[in-house]
Amino acid sequence: MAGIRVNNLTFTYPNQERPVLKDINIDIAPASWTAIIGHNGSGKSTLVRLIDGLLIPDKGTIEVNGINVDENSLGLIHQQIGFVFQNPENQFVGATVADDVAFGLENRRVPPAEMKKRIHHSLEMVGMLDYQDAEPVNLSGGQKQRVALAGVLSLMPQVIILDEATSMLDPLARQEILSLLTELRSKQNISIISITHDINEIELADETIILDEARVAKQGPTKEVLKDGALLDKIGVGLPAGQQLKQLLAQRGINVPDNYFSLEEIKQWLTQQLQ
Amino acid sequence: MNNKIVFGSYIPTNSVLHRLDPRMKLMMCIGFVVLVFFVNNLITGAWLALSLLLAIKLSKVSVKLYWQGLKPLFWIILITVVFQIFFSSGGTVYWRWGIMSVTHDGLINSLIILYRFVVIIVASTVLTVTTQTIQIADGLSWMMKPLALIKVPVNQITLMLSIALRFVPTIMDETGKIMKAQRARGMNFNQGNIITRVHHLVPILIPLFVNSFKRAEELATAMEARGYDPNAPRTHYRQLIWHQVDNWAAVWSSLVVVILFILRIFF
Repeated sequence: MAGIRVNNLTFTYPNQERPVLKDINIDIAPASWTAIIGHNGSGKSTLVRLIDGLLIPDKGTIEVNGINVDENSLGLIHQQIGFVFQNPENQFVGATVADDVAFGLENRRVPPAEMKKRIHHSLEMVGMLDYQDAEPVNLSGGQKQRVALAGVLSLMPQVIILDEATSMLDPLARQEILSLLTELRSKQNISIISITHDINEIELADETIILDEARVAKQGPTKEVLKDGALLDKIGVGLPAGQQLKQLLAQRGINVPDNYFSLEEIKQWLTQQLQ
Repeated sequence: MNNKIVFGSYIPTNSVLHRLDPRMKLMMCIGFVVLVFFVNNLITGAWLALSLLLAIKLSKVSVKLYWQGLKPLFWIILITVVFQIFFSSGGTVYWRWGIMSVTHDGLINSLIILYRFVVIIVASTVLTVTTQTIQIADGLSWMMKPLALIKVPVNQITLMLSIALRFVPTIMDETGKIMKAQRARGMNFNQGNIITRVHHLVPILIPLFVNSFKRAEELATAMEARGYDPNAPRTHYRQLIWHQVDNWAAVWSSLVVVILFILRIFF
């Protein structure tokens, strides 16, 4: 059974009374892009860490591509999932860019000759090949995140989890990472799960899950979920630009059909109408 | 970002010494330091100094830089030497004042100590100038390999060492940031006597420690997510390759040793 299945998941951090996650049920299809959004402290990071087996649930089960996540399957699970964390600095293990990409491969016991090829290939994919021997001090946050992504890609995972991976980057670097991910997804069958507050990043996702007060508040196709303006306001994401434009147009008596969603699509629709 | 050039740091001039295997260079450096203690007269001393000069020449790094490497240690060297001159006894006494005296043996000893200091510092500078820290770490881990037999976790120690080295600039950066943040809150680090100044380090050290622990925890999670298991065997990306030139270096080093002992016997 491919994909990710979360059943009745409950998790409480040690020394805390209230659970961070309560009876969570989620299905994530293979090769899909899922955005997880919610307040700070709504359990988003906890959820993805549980999926990767970095935390062990109190109750409930998680299945990744048919493998049950528990203490015995951690090695297998880490092979299925690549994880990019928020802070670019604190996930850079190697002394140089190439060393950092090599770290995961070394753990996987890839022979040195093949390692070289894979490092070359994955650095090429993220456009960091010229920086192979650069040290982390001399890299920007965006470059470090690209290296982290290369480290993940070199391990050829089925699923890539981004835990606010673009939140510490400037808008340009963020855009670069996102277009890189879009490109990757069109070429390979990778599922992406991204935790984010960035509306542009949410719009890229096929499915969106909103977590609120330890529960799933809403779950479904991104286009559907993003229509719920009140809920988006409540969790502090704000309406996407396309939706805002749609509302403003509606107030002026112009109704944009439902299937035009993003700013770009609405722009196209408007151009068509004006011609 | 810190652009301070710390002396003794790697200078890429791509000389023969740069291309030598770090294991060979480490062994040469350690061997040289040991040899320094076998110097017993002017001729043997001159011989070792000569071979060190050859190494400096081969490193293609200017002598001026080596001199700059000695400068920060100038006071330590000076104090030790002066101490030797005034407080050691033996041989003809040239001058005496209370417990202080200048004697023949004292002068000789101080010269020997000056010689050892300078030669050892310069020799290790030759190593650090021609070898990247990561390579030195690789070389060290190779040297520690036999310790695995007595159950020393060599691989973990090596990884620890390389992660520690990798985070030095990060933590220095962070120290700078915290100092700025404390200055913004009205802290003055350049005022008061030594006790006040030491006291002023507390508001730097506490956030630095707390952040380092957080950092360590995040790093550990990231390492786990990338499949790191401290007890599992790992392959290594960096492979040390022994070249022909390393054999030659070994031959030359043995010559230095042999000639030193011959000189010791005959003079």
